[in-house]
Amino acid sequence: MAKVIVVTSGKGGVGKTTTTATLGAALAQTGQNVAVVDFDVGLRNLDLMMGAERRVVYDLINVINGSAKLPQALIRDKRLETLHLLPASQTRDKSALTEKGVARVMKELEEQFDWIICDSPAGIERGAILAMRHADIAVIVTNPEISSVRDSDRIIGMLDAKTQKAEDGGDIEKHLLISRYDPARSARNEMLSIDDVLDILSVPLIGVIPESEEVLRASNLGSPVTMSNPDSAPARAYFDAARRLTGESVPMSIPEERRNLFGKLFGRRAA
Amino acid sequence: MAFVLAPDIPFDDWLSELDAQSKRSPGFFTGRPVILDLSRLTLAKPDVAGLLAQLQARSIRIIGVEGVDPCWLGPGLAPIPRSGGTASVIEFPKDDGAPEGDITTNTETDETNLLIDWPVRSGQCVSFPQGDITIVGSVASGAEVVAGGSIHIYGTLRGRAIAGSGGDKRARIFCRNLEAELLAIAGLYRTVEEIEPHLRGQPIQAWLDGNVLMMSTQD
Repeated sequence: MAKVIVVTSGKGGVGKTTTTATLGAALAQTGQNVAVVDFDVGLRNLDLMMGAERRVVYDLINVINGSAKLPQALIRDKRLETLHLLPASQTRDKSALTEKGVARVMKELEEQFDWIICDSPAGIERGAILAMRHADIAVIVTNPEISSVRDSDRIIGMLDAKTQKAEDGGDIEKHLLISRYDPARSARNEMLSIDDVLDILSVPLIGVIPESEEVLRASNLGSPVTMSNPDSAPARAYFDAARRLTGESVPMSIPEERRNLFGKLFGRRAA
Repeated sequence: MAFVLAPDIPFDDWLSELDAQSKRSPGFFTGRPVILDLSRLTLAKPDVAGLLAQLQARSIRIIGVEGVDPCWLGPGLAPIPRSGGTASVIEFPKDDGAPEGDITTNTETDETNLLIDWPVRSGQCVSFPQGDITIVGSVASGAEVVAGGSIHIYGTLRGRAIAGSGGDKRARIFCRNLEAELLAIAGLYRTVEEIEPHLRGQPIQAWLDGNVLMMSTQD
């Protein structure tokens, strides 16, 4: 039975697209069939994160308005054959997304894949609502800062009101993913602690992604960090989050960069 | 700030729409100064008088009329100059355009207490003009709780709590942890900057003593 995940946040720039690509890759690396779907029509980025920008021919809007079939628009990842991308259109805007069209595409995807991960645009308008519309599970991406947390709270309210599942009287499964977490800055009270964020949002935590240059490097390479550097701290955090999504119980920890002895000595002397 | 009502012809239809709206949100016009904008319509003097009587019968406080001959109006009503600029026209919300997740209360019910046992999220508004609201959970920053009576919050209040919205001065606000943006009882309010720092993060109650909003910790 296919599971539909929406990756959402309200605020922009917190790491939705990175999380969509990386969770998608992490799940696909375990051999499950995954499609990542870019709902950010007009500002498509997911293709860049996946390194597929030169292979986009048809997109989600073409499939919605019937000018292309789903298999024509799906792009299979070159490195991982279980990972697929349905790109957004860069030349259209969110008004091209129709409720019926999205429902039809999602249904078709559900027949083929184990996991469908929808990358929501920022904001609380049409694009974001259609991205969450058919989700079974929501991953809410939050940075440990007050504006991001408040916007996430707003989105959680919408998940409980505007999704198909909520309208049918059910409960959408919600998970919190804290990204760009810096333990040192948190200790100096320069950012909210994980406990503060959990206290405000009261949604179970699925992972904490440490702030890392590896994530930026990965997006510039067009390769999710779980593929480009699977031993790095953020990659291990994403692998753990993906395992928790599948229902596995993994003790919560914030992975740190492994330093060699040299690094440790050097780090200590420099500090 | 005053609100502007801009009626449409025929008045009967417009008035029944107004009544339907008032029924959905009782107390909406209570104590609110309202300006009547007739500048879009061409009316005779008896029409205006009839309309004013109709609105008065609905306890809507008209403080001025715009777009008619000033000599038609009785004492106490002023014609409003066009360049006033501080009023906003009330748009009747369409039923399908209600903000997501808002708690719509059934005004037909005899219940005097509304119990919410989930957190009130940012952007949501819980409104219960006919009585008290009890919330088992927190009220987020950017959320609003409006009660005709008292408000009880078994959690952290980070948003706004407005008790005694119909003017009940006996209404009180209780919360287990105060981080509020605004507290108001019967129209008297305090913003976060006017709340004593030692009350923050504490369990508190707020009440009215005459015309002063009082606050203390719960011992």
